[in-house]
Amino acid sequence: MKYKTIHKAAVFTLLAAWLFTGCGNQGKGDNAQGALVSSAAEKVYVAPGERDDYYAFLSGGYSGNLTVYGLPSGRMFKEIPVFSQFPTSGYGYSEETKPMLNTSHGFVPWDDLHHPDISQTNGELDGRWIFVNGNNTPRIARVSLSTFETEEIIEIPNSAGNHSSSFITENTEYVVAGTRFSVPVPQRDMPIDEYKGNFKGALTFIGVDPESGHMDIKFQVIMPGFNYDLSHPGRGKSHGWFFFSTYNTEEASTLLEVNASQNDKDFIAAINWKKIEEYIANGGGKTVPANYAHNVYDEATHTGTSTMKKEVLTVDPTEIPGAVYLLPTPKSPHGCDVDPSGQYIIGSGKLSADITVHSFDNMLKAIENEKFDGDAYGIPILKFEDVLAGTVKSGGLGPLHTEFDNQGNAYTTFFISSEVVKWELGSWEVVDRKPTFYSVGHLMIPGGNSRKPFGNYLVAMNKITKDRYLPTGPEMEHSAQIYDISGEKMELIYDFPTHGEPHYAAGCPADLIEPNSKKIYRLDENKHPFAVIGPDGAKVERDGNEVHVYMSTIRSHFTPDNIEGIKVGDKVYFHITNHEQDFDVPHGFSMIGQNTSEILIMPGQTKTSVWEPKQPGVWPFYCTDFCSALHQEMQGYVRVSPADSDIDLSWSVGE
Amino acid sequence: MKKASIIMIIGALLLSGLFWFPLWNIMLGAPQYPEPLGIDIYIDGLAGQSEFDIQNIDGLNHYIGMKTLPKPEDMWEFQVFPIVIGIMTALGVLAGILGYFGKIGANWFLGWLILMTVLGILGMYDFNAWMIDYGTNLDPNAIMKLQNPDGTPMTYKPPLIGHKQLLNFDAYSYPRLGGYLMGVGMLLTLVAYLVGIKKKNKVPSS
Repeated sequence: MKYKTIHKAAVFTLLAAWLFTGCGNQGKGDNAQGALVSSAAEKVYVAPGERDDYYAFLSGGYSGNLTVYGLPSGRMFKEIPVFSQFPTSGYGYSEETKPMLNTSHGFVPWDDLHHPDISQTNGELDGRWIFVNGNNTPRIARVSLSTFETEEIIEIPNSAGNHSSSFITENTEYVVAGTRFSVPVPQRDMPIDEYKGNFKGALTFIGVDPESGHMDIKFQVIMPGFNYDLSHPGRGKSHGWFFFSTYNTEEASTLLEVNASQNDKDFIAAINWKKIEEYIANGGGKTVPANYAHNVYDEATHTGTSTMKKEVLTVDPTEIPGAVYLLPTPKSPHGCDVDPSGQYIIGSGKLSADITVHSFDNMLKAIENEKFDGDAYGIPILKFEDVLAGTVKSGGLGPLHTEFDNQGNAYTTFFISSEVVKWELGSWEVVDRKPTFYSVGHLMIPGGNSRKPFGNYLVAMNKITKDRYLPTGPEMEHSAQIYDISGEKMELIYDFPTHGEPHYAAGCPADLIEPNSKKIYRLDENKHPFAVIGPDGAKVERDGNEVHVYMSTIRSHFTPDNIEGIKVGDKVYFHITNHEQDFDVPHGFSMIGQNTSEILIMPGQTKTSVWEPKQPGVWPFYCTDFCSALHQEMQGYVRVSPADSDIDLSWSVGE
Repeated sequence: MKKASIIMIIGALLLSGLFWFPLWNIMLGAPQYPEPLGIDIYIDGLAGQSEFDIQNIDGLNHYIGMKTLPKPEDMWEFQVFPIVIGIMTALGVLAGILGYFGKIGANWFLGWLILMTVLGILGMYDFNAWMIDYGTNLDPNAIMKLQNPDGTPMTYKPPLIGHKQLLNFDAYSYPRLGGYLMGVGMLLTLVAYLVGIKKKNKVPSS
């Protein structure tokens, strides 16, 4: 018996030793040895119950939402509603969230969400918030990375086509929003063909409160009427500067595909925002009338409020010596990316084969020597040759965007030739190139737009899908590819569909976000004015033809679940508080014939749904989220009487 | 006898750990509760292992008609146990001090241990009786009324110690730090007795 046990133990030890050495040989990304190249499947396989290494936040483009994925698995975890109504949760339908979509144009139920950027401290990701821009009705939103909910949206005045946004400075001092369209500033009725010299482009610097994250427009730089395409902050040595690519320096207002492609070079505008801060601190700038919405969601009251702001501080760059310079950049540059050291500013001329790299040091030298090549509306233009650090002879066509790894390499997407090109900073030599499927727009490396990139994976986001997946009719989701970039050569390891149209993404190591992710809202911190906190707080109150139902939910019933005394013509507000304090136990609510969406109420949260009954009868409601084994029993009735009836309000549960 | 008395004092003082640390713990894990729910049992009441565990266990138990978990004021034990432990700690320390000054012999240490053991067994009996009541005295209108294969109504008494499967839940019942401290303390008082006896046999006049 004893012998048998020892024998077993020995076999087990040997087996364990073999298993461990076996695992060691399959280490990720260790293909430099070439002995055992692990398969692509192993690299992206996250076993059931295991978790991904990175969060990836992909913009949803015309969905108006932000999607959350895992890397390397490519699994989608969540769709966060930001600029669009979202019936899944009731965002933009519930009384609490309708104010989030308020603008100076009234309630706008949709937007085109473009560029996510995660908050940073000292130039490194800090995983607190993610900022995104609404392109169509210019807005910037801040999403909490503990609740994964939209907490704040600020509208941008004097702007149109909010595209060179929402990029942040390296301590999240500012989130920056640049206008794609130049427009009359302030807006006024004038002939379109008088654009040239009259329209203006506003570059907006929004201050971010370091504690609360609350946004406030600090100033707008009123620039010449070019189109401001993309932007990125300086970092490290170039912290204090912001760089914007421009096109249509021709200032055409029609048939731009021809008329905005005439100049051989457009500009990258370099903005010294620290200089502008000084200018404002000394009383500079002009406060002008404006009208824009500032919408803030309060986690304690679970309610958004919209405030209209009535003025904004503008600065004229020509009045601030040394604040703005223009760097000539060939062929209508699109991407404008800054390397992790802050030394190189990469301009991707989208009609070019080459990538232009400007040097920050050269730029400072040229400014110091006052070597200008004329000016544009009073803004000095530096000489192309003076600021140029190098040109990447890529061999590709249509460079768009560049991200960086932690080994001194840059990766640029080429839309027209459908590929990602890896090249070395400094030598400007191409190291590797891999095809994408097809017509890649943005790419993302976690931290690839910060001082500290994490060079394991690269995600290419493509505009065209064609034959990549089983066909789904004329309309298909876009495709994305994941490349392993830990070795010398990039390796395509996965292909997955994305939702909406991702324009850029932001990735972050999971351990920066995962521990802070909220599990519940505390009921004892719920400050919603219509919340039901205690078990006996449920009630129904009438105020004219408005009826307020204070309702609570717990597995698996509503309190109250029988209500009488409602009349045709009433406006019934169901204020529902979820009394669960257990992770991942939401309850839902929907009422028959309601002219709105359902709502999903998270544990400890209160949400309000409105119903205007039009016919007498007894009308049911139920819980929409499969909350427990008795979910199907989670239902109730409201009796609706004719408008002139005199039935008193009454409510009950379990009687 | 001085050495024995010091051991006795330490042993008795370890008992007071029950004022700060839980005596016992019951964990409930299930597929949909990968982070198990837990009840820490203190001498003066129950506490969730995580903040809302008690509320969530009550929420689940209502399906099978179990009573809600007792608040401190619901059970006399939670008032009496702290007094008993306080008195026993004080008596043990007093015995140690008197022994140290040669006023009493080691047999008193044994006497304390026997009393403590009897009280401990009574406490365990009471605890088990509460669990039987809690697990079997179910609401006749319970949502789920389950039967054993032999047709008797299913009951849900957690194990006194060890593991038991209760429907989809794995229940684990084990002592916690306060309980372990009490055990070590009681063991030390036994050591104190043995050391005291040994010394007495060697040097009868001490």
